[in-house]
Amino acid sequence: MSLRIVVTVKYVPDATGDRHFADDLTVDRDDVDGLLSELDEYAVEQALQISENSDDDVEITVLTVGPEDAKDALRKALSMGADKAVHVEDDDLHGTDAIGTSLVLAKAIEKAGYDLVISGLASTDGTMGVVPALLAERLGVPQVTLLSEVSVEDGTVKGRRDGDAASEQLEASLPAVVSVTDQSGEARYPSFKGIMAAKKKPVQSWDLSDLDLEAGEVGLEGAWTAVESATQRPARTAGTIVKDEGEGGKQLAEFLAGQKFI
Amino acid sequence: MAEVLVYVDHVDGAVRKPTLELLTLARRIGEPVAVALGAGAESTAAALAEHGATRVLTHDASEYADYLVVPKVDALQAAVAAVSPAAVLVPSSAEGKEIAARLALRIGSGIITDAVDLEAGDEGPVATQSVFAASFSTKSRVSKGTPVITVKPNSAAVEAAPAAGAVEALAVTFSAQATGTKITGRTPRESTGRPELTEAAIVVSGGRGVNGAENFGLIEALADSLGAAVGASRAAVDAGWYPHTNQVGQTGKSVSPQLYIANGISGAIQHRAGMQTSKTIVAVNKDAEAPIFDLVDYGVVGDLFDVVPQLTEEIKTRKG
Ligand SMILES: Cc1cc2nc3c(=O)[nH]c(=O)nc-3n(C[C@H](O)[C@H](O)[C@@H](O)COP(=O)(O)OP(=O)(O)OC[C@H]3O[C@@H](n4cnc5c(N)ncnc54)[C@H](O)[C@@H]3O)c2cc1C
Ligand SMILES: Cc1cc2nc3c(=O)[nH]c(=O)nc-3n(C[C@H](O)[C@H](O)[C@H](O)COP(=O)(O)OP(=O)(O)OC[C@H]3O[C@@H](n4cnc5c(N)ncnc54)[C@H](O)[C@@H]3O)c2cc1C
Repeated sequence: MSLRIVVTVKYVPDATGDRHFADDLTVDRDDVDGLLSELDEYAVEQALQISENSDDDVEITVLTVGPEDAKDALRKALSMGADKAVHVEDDDLHGTDAIGTSLVLAKAIEKAGYDLVISGLASTDGTMGVVPALLAERLGVPQVTLLSEVSVEDGTVKGRRDGDAASEQLEASLPAVVSVTDQSGEARYPSFKGIMAAKKKPVQSWDLSDLDLEAGEVGLEGAWTAVESATQRPARTAGTIVKDEGEGGKQLAEFLAGQKFI
Repeated sequence: MAEVLVYVDHVDGAVRKPTLELLTLARRIGEPVAVALGAGAESTAAALAEHGATRVLTHDASEYADYLVVPKVDALQAAVAAVSPAAVLVPSSAEGKEIAARLALRIGSGIITDAVDLEAGDEGPVATQSVFAASFSTKSRVSKGTPVITVKPNSAAVEAAPAAGAVEALAVTFSAQATGTKITGRTPRESTGRPELTEAAIVVSGGRGVNGAENFGLIEALADSLGAAVGASRAAVDAGWYPHTNQVGQTGKSVSPQLYIANGISGAIQHRAGMQTSKTIVAVNKDAEAPIFDLVDYGVVGDLFDVVPQLTEEIKTRKG
């Protein structure tokens, strides 16, 4: 038996950098360093653990849709231990929205071949948290999402989804799409050996024609949504800051009373 | 006037506040028609009618409780087919976003998530989003299909606007995918009696500075004196001092209360992502250089073990 896992990983602008929009209202990716979305490290980690806990032959492919530099995200995932990578890159992808991204990812996942797709709970830039559900819908397979615990055995994936009202135990047969939260377990750091090994691992590049997609189906032109404006939030006006010299709690109470909170 | 579908988030018939907010926003773009599913669906009607629902489409089946997400997508798709709405609004919970996304794909529409405001525009509803840890505000619209928009809690004030609220049975046929993901067990979360974190008007949070699960009693006491919800930073959650369901931030809840009080929290970007849109921000931190002070309306540089109990006492005294 063998198990083919595809992990979707996004290349995002560093959240601690000065993120902003370009003139066409897409994310300006030139001014801020990019990296593997930290939440996708958890997805890579769970794929590695499923592989380590399995008697089957497991092959882990990491997949990204993104610009040239997105290869960095793939390298990081490979150095953590994934086996191979697929990079979907095409100038016409610029400005693709969530529906479009899910289209490209689904085509690439089908082309790569899969039994299990693992995604992060949300990207750290768009933070929509919808791509895994969209992938399940497109691929026509069960969605087993937002898991803080996941396991795969005998063609079945099980997991725990911690919701607001309840914690639920989920179960579905493979093939399936899973997404994991940052509660699923700390992601490992790439070892030196892992980093060296990653340099030799195969990275395939596909463009839209490899996926039988037309430019008009994706990108800014093909998008299902349109951003009309983006405005930087005005800096907050400096607040009052007091040093506690024994009366700090009372002073704060006075402020809260003045604001009618008490 | 065009009809707007509003997906109802309820617990056994008790409608949650974000849905009532959606009804207010829906009235700006059309006539709200609510869709309530699962056990207690019909008992939502009175509350929904009081807040502007002209019709309430209901359906109950065991599938909603036994399988994940897809049965609800099937039902909402049936409602879209029946109503041909001008837009579909869904509360921005984790599940709400998944339902909305799959629906959008099926009906050939775009999706906007986590809107914080909504207004009518020449080319359909325009949604405001607060992005990049609330450092930017964007206005967007869905340019293809029937706009599907999820809206964050606390995005509008709840307004009463009595309407007919006629209950109608919705006919639903479940798809082959509906039973794909079984829910084999469910452990309900115990209620603390405090307000829901995302819906609360006041949130009192504790971070690494609280220094231990036992000390969270201080934070809870302050919260209770204000009738507030309790939040926590990821550092406090990871240390096991407070449940993950109370985490505020990028990978926790995003909150937008009237008042947010951060105690022993430094103000890392991922924390700010979840609370920066709070109307009034207050912090207690012993480090005058902590980045949280860049956000505050009022800050106290001091030891929370001194400041917080004194504040709690003073509030109790003032409230009498
Ligand atoms: C600030 C901002 C707001 C946006 N708002 C909207 C909006 O309202 N509507 C809309 O349609 N689009 C929106 N977009 C565009 C959208 O974010 C991207 O098109 C997109 O890649 C999918 O959404 P996400 O990044 O939020 O992914 P999420 O749904 O949050 O991602 C979940 C998981 O999907 C996988 N994944 C997502 N994208 C990729 C990728 N490119 N390659 C590999 N794996 C991936 C990852 O595993 C990730 O952890 C927005 C983008 C930004 C930056
Ligand atoms: C992908 C990702 C997602 C994340 N998601 C989240 C998230 O959702 N929410 C979140 O909060 N974080 C999140 N984080 C973590 C975030 O980066 C910070 O590590 C975290 O917010 C720090 O928590 P803290 O402020 O409580 O702790 P610290 O940064 O350690 O700050 C503690 C503060 O307490 C003060 N202090 C200490 N003792 C006292 C005292 N006695 N009295 C008063 N003040 C005192 C200190 O001066 C300090 O400023 C995420 C990180 C990553 C990488």
